Amino acid sequence: MSATVAPTSTPLPARQRGETLRLLVRNRIAVVALAVLVAFIVVAVFGKALAPYGYNSVDVADRLQGPSVHHWFGTDELGRDVFSRVLLGAAVSLKVGAVAVGISLVVGVPCGLIAGFYGGVLDDVIMRVMDVLFAFPAILMAIAVLAILGPGSTNAMVAIGIVYIPIFARVTRAAVLPVREEVYVRAARASGASDLRLMRRHLLPNVLGPIIVQTSISFAFAILSEAALSFIGLGTQPPHPSWGLMLSDGTDFINQAWWMVVFPGAAIFVVVLAFNILGDALRDTLDPRQRSLIRNARGA
Amino acid sequence: MIGYIVRRTLQAIVVLFGVSIVVFAIVHLVPGDPIRLALGTRFNQQAYDALRRRSGLDKPLVPQYFYWLGHALTGDLGVSFRTGQPVTQLIGQRIGATVSLAGAALVVALVIAVPLGLLSALRPRTSLDYGATVISQTGISIPEFWLAILLILVVGAKLDWLPSAGYVPPDQSVSGWLEHLILPGIAAGVSSGSILTRFIRASALEALGRDYTLTARSKGLRERTIIVRHVIRNALVPVVTVTGVQLAYLLSGVVVVEVVFAWPGLGMLALQSVQSRDYPVLQGAVLLFAAFFLIVNLAVDLLYARLDPRIGYASR
Amino acid sequence: MAPLLSVHDLRVRLGDAQVVNGLSYEIDAGETVAIVGESGSGKTMSALAMLGLIPRPPAVVSGEVHFDGAELVSATPAHLRAVRGAGMAIVFQDPMTSLNPVLTIGRQLTEGMEVHLGLSGRAARERAVELLEMVGIPDPRHRLDEYPHRLSGGMRQRVMIAIGLAAHPRVLIADEATTALDVTIQAQIIELLGRLQQELDMALIWITHDLGVVAGIADRVLVMYAGRVVEHGTVDAVFDAPQHPYTRGLLRSIPVLGQHADALPSIPGTPPDPENLPPGCPFWPRCEVRADDRCRGEVPPLREVAAGHLVATFEKERV
Repeated sequence: MSATVAPTSTPLPARQRGETLRLLVRNRIAVVALAVLVAFIVVAVFGKALAPYGYNSVDVADRLQGPSVHHWFGTDELGRDVFSRVLLGAAVSLKVGAVAVGISLVVGVPCGLIAGFYGGVLDDVIMRVMDVLFAFPAILMAIAVLAILGPGSTNAMVAIGIVYIPIFARVTRAAVLPVREEVYVRAARASGASDLRLMRRHLLPNVLGPIIVQTSISFAFAILSEAALSFIGLGTQPPHPSWGLMLSDGTDFINQAWWMVVFPGAAIFVVVLAFNILGDALRDTLDPRQRSLIRNARGA
Repeated sequence: MIGYIVRRTLQAIVVLFGVSIVVFAIVHLVPGDPIRLALGTRFNQQAYDALRRRSGLDKPLVPQYFYWLGHALTGDLGVSFRTGQPVTQLIGQRIGATVSLAGAALVVALVIAVPLGLLSALRPRTSLDYGATVISQTGISIPEFWLAILLILVVGAKLDWLPSAGYVPPDQSVSGWLEHLILPGIAAGVSSGSILTRFIRASALEALGRDYTLTARSKGLRERTIIVRHVIRNALVPVVTVTGVQLAYLLSGVVVVEVVFAWPGLGMLALQSVQSRDYPVLQGAVLLFAAFFLIVNLAVDLLYARLDPRIGYASR
Repeated sequence: MAPLLSVHDLRVRLGDAQVVNGLSYEIDAGETVAIVGESGSGKTMSALAMLGLIPRPPAVVSGEVHFDGAELVSATPAHLRAVRGAGMAIVFQDPMTSLNPVLTIGRQLTEGMEVHLGLSGRAARERAVELLEMVGIPDPRHRLDEYPHRLSGGMRQRVMIAIGLAAHPRVLIADEATTALDVTIQAQIIELLGRLQQELDMALIWITHDLGVVAGIADRVLVMYAGRVVEHGTVDAVFDAPQHPYTRGLLRSIPVLGQHADALPSIPGTPPDPENLPPGCPFWPRCEVRADDRCRGEVPPLREVAAGHLVATFEKERV
C-alpha cells in the first residue's frame, strides 16, 4: 500500500461493500443477458419446430392483421405470421453473426499474433494493411464487397467478416506486445521449441481474454450489420426471413401495420443488447484494466 | 513537434495510397465485364466503346491505375456508367446533405453525452450513474434504422410534429433545413452519443482520480473551479480525439439512416450505384468516404498534439 | 499562548480499516516536526484528514484538530477551503503526477493566490516570479509559461514547494517531498525548506519513511506504526536513546558512511493489514523484545518515560 493513497479515487469501503454489491448486480444483469442469448440460440436452432407457421406461409386473406391469439405478432402484407418469421429470422442472424465473426477471428487473430510476436518489418506491413482495411467505414466496405460478390446472406457473411478482421488483429497484437518480452526469455532458454508451439503455449492464454470480449462485442455488431445490409437490400434476399429484411418490408406499411416494424426491430435490439451486456461483464472479469478507450469509441 | 506532424501525415498518405489501390480494384474484381453489366439492356457498341475509353478500361492494368489515380487527384473521378454524368458532379450534388446529417448527428451526440458523461463521473455509483450506463448500453444496441422508423412512426406520423422525409438545403430555407434535420439527426446521433457518454465518463473519472486534482483541492480552490480548470481540461483531450473519430464514422455510416429518411446524400448515392452496377460512382463515393475518414482522423491526431503539451516531444 | 497547530486523538477510518488510530501532537511557528513511518502507517492520511481532503463519507474522521483558533474536523467546507493553502499547505510526493500537465507553471502558481490573496494579472505573475526565485529556479520569468514536463524532477519539486508557499501558509507539510528525487537533489531541497522555514517563520511538518533525513532537519520526531504513535520526542532524545523496538530497528537500518556492511539490517516482516489489526500491540509479530505478557493482548499506552519523551511499549526500560 503506498503512502500516497489518492483519497479522491475509490477508497476501501466502497470497494468492499458497494463494489461487490455492484458486481453482483451487474452479474445478475449479465446472467439475464446470458439467458437471453441462450434462448436466442435455442430459437435459432430449433426455430422450425417452435414456429407455428412456416416462414413463407402466404395467406393473402389474412394480410395486415394486428396481433391476435392466432398471430401473436400479427401478419405482414402477404399474410405471413410475423411471430414465426421473427423466430426463424433468429437462425439467419445467428448464422451470419457466427460465420462473420469466425472469419474475422480466423484471419485477424493470427495476423495480430504474427505482427505482435515478430515485430519489425512484418509488424509494419501487416498493420499497414490493417490500417487500409480500417480506413473503410464498416457499412461502406460491406457494400463495396457486396457490389463485387453480389447480394445474399452468404456473401454478407463474408463481407462483414472482412470488415472486422482489423479489429481482431489489433486487439490480439495489443495483447501480445506486453507479453512478448517474457516469451523471448523463455524462448532463449528452451531453445528447441518451435515458434508455433511458443505462441500456442505462452501467448494464447494471455490473448484469450481480450479476444473473448471482442468476440462478444463483434457478434453484436455483426448482427446489427447483417440487419442493416438486409434492410438496404444487399443482405438476405426475400422471401427468407431476416429481421432487417422484415423491417424493410414493414417500412412500406408503417402506418397500417406497426407490428411489422416493432417486433423484428425489438428482436434485433434485445439480442444485440444482450451481447453488449455480456461483453461488458466479460470485460470486467477478464480484463479489468481496460485501457483502450479509443477502441471502445470505435464501437466495433 | 514538426517531426510528429510530418510522420503522421506521411503515414496517412501511405494508407491513402493503399486505399486507392483497393478502391481501384473494385471494378476489376467484379465477375464479368462491368460496363456491359451496367449498360444491361441499353447496350450499344458505341456507348460501350466510349465509356470504355473514358474510364481507361482499355488500358492494361498498371497504367490504368495511374490513369485513374492521376485523374482522381485532379478531381476527375470518371463518368457514370448509367448516365454519363461526371462522377464528381454527382457527388457534389449530394455532399451537402450528408455533411448536414453527420453534423446534426454529432450535435445530438454531444448534447446527450457531455452532460450525461460528466454528471455520472461526478456522482459515480449513484442511481444517476447507473441510469446513464443503462441509457448508453441501450443507445449502442438499438439499430439506427429501427430507431429511425420508430421516430417516424411516433413523431412523424402519429404526432405529426416533424417532417419525416426529404432534405431541404439551407440556402433554400434555413428553418426547413433544420426541421428536416431533427429526426434523422437523432436517429443517427443516439448511437454515437452513447459511445461518447461512456467515454466521457471514463475520461473524467480518470482525471478526477489523479494526483493533480488532489493538489488543486489542497490549494483551497472551489470544487467548480477544480472541475472546470483541472478535470475537464484534462479529460477533454482524449474526448476530442474520440469525437473526431465519431464524426469520421458518422460521415459514412449514415447510409442506412439516409435510406429510411429518403435523404439524398452520398450514402444513398453509393447504394444506388451498387444496385445499378454503376461502378465509377461507387468507386468515387467509396474513395471519398475513405479519404474523409483518414483526413478527419489525421486532423484529430494533430489537434490532440496541439491540446496536450506533452505529445510530440521525444519523451520515450 | 496556544500552539499554532494542535492535533488531539485524530482517528481515520475507511470502511473496515482503521488507518489512523489516535494521533496527537502540537507544533508551533518555527518548529519542525518529523512524522516517520513505513508505507501504510497512516502518516499521509493524517495530514490529508487534517485538511479535510479525504472524502467523508466514506471515511470517518474523529478527534480534534485546532488550528489558528478554529477546530478543523468539524469545520465547514468553506472554512476548510480558506485554510487550505493559506493556513496549511501540503507539498506532495511525486511532482510528475501532482502537477497538472496541461496548465502552465505560472497558472498553477497563481491559482492559489487568486483565491487567498486576491491577486490577479500582473501582480500575481510578479509574486509567482518571486516565489520561483525563492525556491532557486533560474530564469523564473520564462519558466512561468512553460509546462511541467519540460522541467527536471528536482525543478518540479521546487515548483511544488513554490506552489505550497504561494498563499503564505503558517504550516507547511512536506509529504515525502524528497522521496522521488536522487540524493544530491534531496539534500538541496532539504536545505531549501530549512532556510525557507526560518525566513518565513513557518511550522514545518516533515512526513517521511527515511529516518536518515530526519536527523538533519527536525526538532522533534513522531514515529508511527499501524496508525498509532509509538514514540515521540526530540530528535536528540529519540536518536540517542530510542525506547521503542521499532524505532531501534529503524535506526539500525540507516546506512552509515564509511561503515562496511554486507547487508543492511532490516526489520523482518511487514506492517499489519489495517483491516485486520491484532488485538494487542501492532508491532508484536515483528518485535524482537516482546518484554511482557501483555504485549499480545493489550495495546501499550503512550507514556512519558522522560521529559517530553513518550513511548508506547510494555518494555520496562528507563532512560
